[in-house]
Amino acid sequence: MVKVAIVQFPGSNCDLDALEILQKTIKVPTDLVWHKDLKQDHYDAYVLPGGFSYGDYLRAGAIAATSPSLETVREATDNGKPVLGICNGFQILVEAGILPGAVLRNAGLRFVCKWTRLRIESIKTPFTRIAKMGQTLRIPIAHNEGRYFLDNDQLAELEKNEQVVLRYVDENSTPTADSNPNGSLDNIAAICNIDGNVMGLMPHPERASLPILSPENHPEGRIIFDSMIKTLEGEG
Amino acid sequence: MTRSLIEEPQSLTLVEAQKPNLTDEEIRYAVNTLHREPNEVEWAMLEAQWSEHCSYKSSRPLLKQLPSKGPRVLVGPGFDAGVIDVGDGWVVTLHIESHNHPSAIDPYGGAATGVGGVVRDILSLGTRPIALLDPLRFGSIESAHTRWLFDNVVRGIADYGNCIGVPTVGGEVEFDQSFERNCLVDVVCVGLGRKDKLVLGEAHNPGDLVYLVGGRTGRDGIRGASFASKTLTEKSDKERSAVQVPDPFTKKLIIEAVLEAVDGGILRGMKDLGGGGLTCGLSEIAAKAGTGIEIDLNKVQTREPNMQPAEIMISESQERMLLLIRERDEKKLISILDKWELGYANVGHVTKEGLIVIRRGNEIMAKAPAKFVAEAPLAPRSARRPGYLDAFADVPEPVISEDLDHTLIQLLSSPDIASKEWIYRQYDHEVGIRTIVRPGQADSALLRLPNNRSLALTTDGNSKQCYIDPYWGTIGIVSEAFCNLTAVGAEPVAVVDHLQYGDPGSPEVFWTFKETIRAISNYLNALRVPCVGGKVSFYNEDSTNRKAIKPSPVIAAIGLVEPKAPRVLQALRKEGNDLVIIGNTSDEMGGSEYYEHIHKLTGGHVPRVNLKKEKTLLRSLLRTLRTGRVESMHDISKGGLAVALAEMSVQGRKGATIDIDEVPNKTSRIDNLLFSESRSRFILETKPRSTTRIVNSFKRLGIPAAKVGSVTDDGIEFLSKGQSIIAIPIVEASRAWFETIPRAMEATL
Repeated sequence: MVKVAIVQFPGSNCDLDALEILQKTIKVPTDLVWHKDLKQDHYDAYVLPGGFSYGDYLRAGAIAATSPSLETVREATDNGKPVLGICNGFQILVEAGILPGAVLRNAGLRFVCKWTRLRIESIKTPFTRIAKMGQTLRIPIAHNEGRYFLDNDQLAELEKNEQVVLRYVDENSTPTADSNPNGSLDNIAAICNIDGNVMGLMPHPERASLPILSPENHPEGRIIFDSMIKTLEGEG
Repeated sequence: MTRSLIEEPQSLTLVEAQKPNLTDEEIRYAVNTLHREPNEVEWAMLEAQWSEHCSYKSSRPLLKQLPSKGPRVLVGPGFDAGVIDVGDGWVVTLHIESHNHPSAIDPYGGAATGVGGVVRDILSLGTRPIALLDPLRFGSIESAHTRWLFDNVVRGIADYGNCIGVPTVGGEVEFDQSFERNCLVDVVCVGLGRKDKLVLGEAHNPGDLVYLVGGRTGRDGIRGASFASKTLTEKSDKERSAVQVPDPFTKKLIIEAVLEAVDGGILRGMKDLGGGGLTCGLSEIAAKAGTGIEIDLNKVQTREPNMQPAEIMISESQERMLLLIRERDEKKLISILDKWELGYANVGHVTKEGLIVIRRGNEIMAKAPAKFVAEAPLAPRSARRPGYLDAFADVPEPVISEDLDHTLIQLLSSPDIASKEWIYRQYDHEVGIRTIVRPGQADSALLRLPNNRSLALTTDGNSKQCYIDPYWGTIGIVSEAFCNLTAVGAEPVAVVDHLQYGDPGSPEVFWTFKETIRAISNYLNALRVPCVGGKVSFYNEDSTNRKAIKPSPVIAAIGLVEPKAPRVLQALRKEGNDLVIIGNTSDEMGGSEYYEHIHKLTGGHVPRVNLKKEKTLLRSLLRTLRTGRVESMHDISKGGLAVALAEMSVQGRKGATIDIDEVPNKTSRIDNLLFSESRSRFILETKPRSTTRIVNSFKRLGIPAAKVGSVTDDGIEFLSKGQSIIAIPIVEASRAWFETIPRAMEATL
């Protein structure tokens, strides 16, 4: 039986949201695991939820990245298991060096909460496997530090390895400056590691997984979780 | 009676000893009750607890007039929050607080700790905070000082609410000169919990242990309650030490730890430490149950050594909770607190004797009956109708502009009316995955509840109308709140109020307060909806120019939507649909944006509400909404009919044409018809085949209703006798409405 862990840090605040969606909507057995209790790689997949781990003190995600639980996450990464970092979870994975680049303060220097449109740029990850290339998803963001950045050589490397997974786009599915809510380099909203099993994204798919919460009742964020489960069940 | 101690105080370190900030009558009452002169620690405690802020000594007798009972009310006024039964074992808690004085001198910290305070109130009942709303009032946006306050207040609310993971789903903002030096920063919080897990702020069980949990006690927020119970002066900037320091991260840990303890069923009583600090928390939790509490100050974890007993007793350091538990549950509590890495100390226990005993080691520092400390003697206040009201009656009518297009654009760009997107973009309004209707989409926010019902939330105020006519102005804001709830299909179930004025010692100020209470009471009695709590904030006046703020009652109201009800937003949906107006428009221009913003006129008749018809109107509107035949709707408020239609149009990116000759009205002028803020009116977008049936269903009940126009592809147009009197492109209206606030705010950065 497949089982997912949501890693809970002090200050996580989207942990219960992700738990509700995975348990009740996606209907996959999921545990909320306190970070100190995650000592061994016993789960089939890991979700690092959004929030303000350690109050975003020092830098967003920096303190949580030093939690011993990240060693378990690293082990799972090496074992090829799906690992998903949402918002603060993405920041933690970057701070822990599991994903490349940096997530900086928004270009507008303000917290931004809004619905965005995202284009699927890679279906090699377990989180986008059932999506179509170029398909767009409407999923909201809510963050103060979401501006993805890395240098040109690294960006070229990322492109070459098909590691850019989602881009912010406009209604015509084009990545424009206006559709980029935080000044991310190349409108990047999500990336994965070179093997594709670890993905970090700034938007919150758990907030777009129930019809009642989604535009025109289309829960387009679900595809991220549905993909993950399909992948796990396919392999299991 | 000797006053030696008052006149020749012994020295304290930071709490500078002085004559207590109490009246002569209060001092006499204290000495007579204790049969001795209180010592310096006791004076400090009484000063904090008997401040207007903690004791409601001016307002208590009047507040009792408000209806507070109802079939859904589980806990009413007098506790940290009101509790409403929403069915299936679930309860919703509701409270409102302000942080006006702190925000006036430290807008970021003041606003952030304002959020922190009201969140603790909700948590105190054992319920999870699930939503925040922020009614804000500032001076003119033209003023750099206002923009500094506004920017930092919004950041303070955003940083705190976002971090603790409680969505900010609504609010309202008003700009008016009278708030230039006294901004009003109110925060409403709503909680969700299980009925069988509710915890009250009552220490019923002698022998229970008293745990002080969370942040350490420091020298911030010293005399915060007293600071908030006097007027601000030019020296107030030096009182920053009265403002508390926010720590949302610790608050988030406290929320989770407390809820884990609630879930484990080990809490026997709980109280948050806010205004008045330990003094308020201990005395109130004991007085409510007729018990006492004894604590040892040496056990209290302080931020720095050598804090004086008085300082510890009145410090308002944030992020602290008092938890009462059985001795045998100590281990369970400690293991939860250790998990969340929170500070805690067992500081004392509940006693039978009804006394608050403060020891330092074996030395008794203060000892007084809990009830005596908790319940300040009432402050008798006199009331006199202000003379200035007379002048408002005969304000000259303005000249009607030749260019009404321009007038409408000006109104849409009035900061009071313009879109508040700049604000709510900075608030996480989605966290918690409950937000069905988001800020800006409809007249109320809507959250889903675990039992398939949904909860509508709104907050309203209108100081301009309340200034000209405190009674009808207040009736108007309660009506507005109820119309907002109804517009999203909700039945109003409870309100809390926040009543904000100048110095209550001024009979004219106090008269406006009395009128407000009379108004809220009459409205709620007519509609049979209870007021389950609230807050009073006096002394919002500037002692430099002795000017009080305009009377500013604010109402927060919640309503329930039945499962599977259709969701109706305010954006126009489809070309060819009809537009229907419900309600009558009259020459009620007092306090309107048209008078105040366009013509700089203060005066005229403030809109009235027919209390006999209000309930019928709202009921039948709800029935209509439930049929699913309404495509979109918006209540008509600030800026009147013309602005309401423009807002629907801009949001739906659809045009609209209205023939104003068809609008049910008793107005004498065309500008009044377009911009009057008469209450209890709505614009409905309906499918043409349903229009007649809907219009007739209202008319049958004697409620004015008419088909007045239709949805078009572009342009906001008003016709009269076949002539176009207003015609503006959507893009122009849109620019005016959306860009005003960002332009004012971002230019200064």
